[in-house]
Amino acid sequence: MSSPILKLIAQRIALGIVLLLAVSVLIFAGTQILPGDVAQAILGQSATPESLANLREQLGLNDPAYIRYFRWLGGVLTGDLGTAMSSGQDIATSIKGRLWNTLFLAFWAAVVAVPLAIILGLIAVRYRNGWVDKLISGLALASTSFPEFFIGYVLVYFFAVKWQIFPGISTVYDGMPFGERMQAIALPATALTLVVLAHMMRMTRAAILNVMQSAYVETAELKGLSAFNVIRKHAFPNAIAPIINVVMLNLAYLIVGVVVVEVIFVYPGMGQYLVDHVTKRDVPVVQAVGLIFAAVYISLNIIADIGAIVANPRLRHPK
Amino acid sequence: MSNELEFLSRRAASGKLSRRDFLGRAAALGISAPFANSLLSSAARAAGPVKGGTLKAGLVGGESTNSLDPALMMTQVPFAFGKMWGEMIVELSPEGKLENRIAEEIGSSDDAKVWTLKIRDGVEFHNGKTVTAEDVAATLERHSDEKSKSGALGYMKGIETIKASGKEVVLTLKEANADLPYLLSDYHLIVQPNGGKDKADAGISAGPYKVTTNEPGVRHGGERFANYWQGDKMGHADQIEIIVINDATARTAALQGGQVNMINRVEPKIVDLIKRLPGVTIRNHAGPGHYVFIMHCNTAPFDNADLRMALKLAIDREEMLDKILRGYGSLGNDFPINASYPLFSEIEQRKYDPDKAKFHFKKSGHDGAVLLRTSDVAFPGAVDAAQLFQQSAAKAGITLEIKREPGDGYWSEVWNKQPFCASYWGGRSTQDQMYSTAYLSTADWNDTRFKRPDFDKMVLAARAELDETKRKAMYHDMGVMVRDEGGLILPMFNQFIDATGAKVDGWVDDPHQELMNGYALAKCWLQA
Repeated sequence: MSSPILKLIAQRIALGIVLLLAVSVLIFAGTQILPGDVAQAILGQSATPESLANLREQLGLNDPAYIRYFRWLGGVLTGDLGTAMSSGQDIATSIKGRLWNTLFLAFWAAVVAVPLAIILGLIAVRYRNGWVDKLISGLALASTSFPEFFIGYVLVYFFAVKWQIFPGISTVYDGMPFGERMQAIALPATALTLVVLAHMMRMTRAAILNVMQSAYVETAELKGLSAFNVIRKHAFPNAIAPIINVVMLNLAYLIVGVVVVEVIFVYPGMGQYLVDHVTKRDVPVVQAVGLIFAAVYISLNIIADIGAIVANPRLRHPK
Repeated sequence: MSNELEFLSRRAASGKLSRRDFLGRAAALGISAPFANSLLSSAARAAGPVKGGTLKAGLVGGESTNSLDPALMMTQVPFAFGKMWGEMIVELSPEGKLENRIAEEIGSSDDAKVWTLKIRDGVEFHNGKTVTAEDVAATLERHSDEKSKSGALGYMKGIETIKASGKEVVLTLKEANADLPYLLSDYHLIVQPNGGKDKADAGISAGPYKVTTNEPGVRHGGERFANYWQGDKMGHADQIEIIVINDATARTAALQGGQVNMINRVEPKIVDLIKRLPGVTIRNHAGPGHYVFIMHCNTAPFDNADLRMALKLAIDREEMLDKILRGYGSLGNDFPINASYPLFSEIEQRKYDPDKAKFHFKKSGHDGAVLLRTSDVAFPGAVDAAQLFQQSAAKAGITLEIKREPGDGYWSEVWNKQPFCASYWGGRSTQDQMYSTAYLSTADWNDTRFKRPDFDKMVLAARAELDETKRKAMYHDMGVMVRDEGGLILPMFNQFIDATGAKVDGWVDDPHQELMNGYALAKCWLQA
């Protein structure tokens, strides 16, 4: 299976890079359409014409757009994301910590959510249409249907204010002991788990049920295998492609879509960082974060594709 | 108060009796817990500050784009953190008097044009260097440089020359200004080594706390500066920490859960709920901040004095104060000054009068709708306030068309550009400062386009006048002029509403800014 698969993987990765370049153009164009400019945004209500002119000059905002695009792209390719216009800090340095925080939170949310979702999905299939299935689906749907801020506030109310088990604000910092850090992220990780759980669980359930209708599962059942074994050995491996897809989609969400949760729990991740800089029209930061988010999405999608191809031999031989 | 209770409260305050025992004894004497608590805290205040511990504040108004450069400080968190690590030349006391800090003495020539600051001996920067006149002069130079991005540039431009010699800094102004010392209390003017010309965002000054953590938009921390020159007055906690919590609900929950000791900007609509929480104290107090609707006096249809008057009469200030601020504010009177200014004098209160409004509206000859722009960021409740305005104006036969603008870009695209919109002002420490910032013809932020040479003359004359009675009369006339002829509709002055948790003591109301003019962390202490 080596060469055709490697070729496919290489193709996907190349495609991903092309896509990323296209995204970079879009991001750059998008940030140009925003009303106002960074100098105005930095100075805000206290902007005076002189200070505006001084700042624009200093930030190089007077150059044409394409020059600024290539200057930026060149920097990114050499690992230099530039400096934040508004605070003058090196973007790569400030993002590093933030990205690490976001990945840390996403990782632990995923560690809980992914196995839980798949196991619950399997259980739901095993007892399909019974009360267990209905209970699991009902609870999962309920947790997904509530907006994130609601789940967040409910968690804060009970666990932080009423019982005071976990902190309601999750400010983590460098050099924080691991135990404290885990305690700090307990509530946001729970909120995220509840938010993404249902989607993955329902998809697992649907995908397996879909496979359950095929002839080979019937054969397995007729062979007299137990219900769990049928699912484990015959149904699950064949349903893995859509499951990987939805898992990857949710992982991506855990990284790029957690703005609300980060705000509620005051978690210093990428989402808050992006929001702050968007309102300041801090174009270099918005671009850098946008590009990182795009890269996360694209690479997780590539992994999902490759995973599906590896799991399903039929996909290795496109007609 | 019985002698026994007083005795017990003093014992408790000095740590000889536990708080719990004290409350128990008080209950036995038939004293309710809240009253007993307040007894205890006044006894504790009398017993003096307690050193030690970590004071934490959860504050709105911090962004990851914040910098330690004092020139760029704009929002609440850099402001409050700046007061922790920064030391000022002069400061305003809670009573509104000038309090000398790094300047030991400030004197002026008779015409208020030449000012001499005598620099205090033995004040030390965090890096061990002694504060000199050169440092102060360099600081002022940096903030008055035409190329500076400083938020204080507007007033600093009035300084012509800055000279340091020996222990003195001599400032020569372009025009006389009796209020110069007040201008020097601007929170941007933190004294830095060499004025911050080398590294403006190094976070080094001579304040009560040294910067230990600076993660903009996340948290800021400081530890007590051992060589602080006023160690008995400020810097009681060993460590201070500011956690940026921009979400109002999270902020309240953090205070309630005990993760922070104080928060700022409690929303008026939830104050009554928070008051019921055990251990939490609401600290609200009046200040010069105000919420406004501004009309450009030079843009049609607002260039018509009758139309402006019609709109001023068509707003129901009492209703707005009641519904938007829930009473946590005071009535506005269409000029930007209230009793928190030292030279304030009353002017007859303007009231909602639909009939008179109708009369002026007719007289203006304008017909059709008037477009008012508003946004959530203009001030808390600005969208609701605009709707209230719409309803009260409708009763006077005036149709207000409300346009809700996105908060993003509001300050760059709408405020100071569109002819009629909602906004806010934080106020200033003196009337001169307020009028010079926003009502002089040449002011950069003249957001009502109030351009009146006769008014400008009055401002300049009052600035140079050293006789307080005469000055007060001049400011009265200026207030009347802005109120009757200007483009400002000022329905209400807002209060600052902060809240503190159970163990915080030493709070003193300060009308200048929220959080005791930014000094809450430095001047409060944790009960032992």
